[in-house]
Amino acid sequence: MDFNEEQIQRYSRHILLQDVGVEGQEKICNARVLIVGAGGLGAPIAFYLAAAGIGTIGLIDGDTVDLSNLQRQIIHFTEDVNKPKVLSAKEKIERLNPDVKVITYHKLFTSENAFDIIKDYDFVVDGTDNFPVKFLINDACVLAGKPFSHGGILRFDGQTLTYKPGTACYRCLFHAPPPPGAVPTCSQAGVLGAIAGMLGTIQAAEVLKYFTGAGDLLTNRLLSFNAKSMEFRTINVHPNSNCPVCGKHPTVTTLIDYEQAVCEIKR
Amino acid sequence: MANYNLDITHEHCPMTFVKTKIELAKLKSGDILNVRLTEGEPLQNVPKSAVEQGYNVLSIVETETKGVHIVVIQK
Repeated sequence: MDFNEEQIQRYSRHILLQDVGVEGQEKICNARVLIVGAGGLGAPIAFYLAAAGIGTIGLIDGDTVDLSNLQRQIIHFTEDVNKPKVLSAKEKIERLNPDVKVITYHKLFTSENAFDIIKDYDFVVDGTDNFPVKFLINDACVLAGKPFSHGGILRFDGQTLTYKPGTACYRCLFHAPPPPGAVPTCSQAGVLGAIAGMLGTIQAAEVLKYFTGAGDLLTNRLLSFNAKSMEFRTINVHPNSNCPVCGKHPTVTTLIDYEQAVCEIKR
Repeated sequence: MANYNLDITHEHCPMTFVKTKIELAKLKSGDILNVRLTEGEPLQNVPKSAVEQGYNVLSIVETETKGVHIVVIQK
């Protein structure tokens, strides 16, 4: 592709980087990324990917903007309260970078639609706030051979892992969701708003590294941080031969909608 | 081996090297790009950045126009 004068200006700081350059920026501009969840993590992920010029961004979220979201979901503004989150996010992305094509799905990501939606994308980003959908994203991506970024935040903590076919998946580390109610969601337990920005931005960087080939991905490494001590650590992990979805004798061969704790289901 | 010319005398840092990289990206390995630039920041930075990013700077030649140089870069 030939960049026009505006694009050369817009992406100049990427073009200057040896590890991105013109070729890397072209790859970014041709990339198609699905973001599951347009909330705390999805907001910074969508903003940075849009700013970077990702060609197509898919957004799936069944929720509408609530006043209590605005403390961390920075892509939504006060006047967006009650608007579908995917619509609010689409409007901001288009204002930030009109080059980006945005496709919205105002619905839940479920076992029924997962394969059909992810098939149109090169990379999937988990920006969800609950275990059932995190496991669903993992299983759908592993079974479809699709790379994805897992991310989770709670209180002052965040963790993320990048998956490419052949590397450790989320289920290699965590076999099954915790029982409903065992681990609170951030809507119950609270979360420092800036944590969403910290983790979502790391996930966005992983996406850009994936497409440009720059550096080493967080594959076979789980990054976790605590913002109170501000300590980051990476834990080396390996594909698990007993993994229920990618191991030698998989028991998960179709998609599962796990039960959510009642208080997680809004209205 | 083809020879190409680029004039960045009207560009400012860092667009000087951005424009150079855009042109270099269109070239084949071994091709030559003659970059016309002004002394000062462009002359200091463009050849240095080109070398840092793995290109060969074959020569830097002063032109008849005062303060304008040609940096010969091979991809």
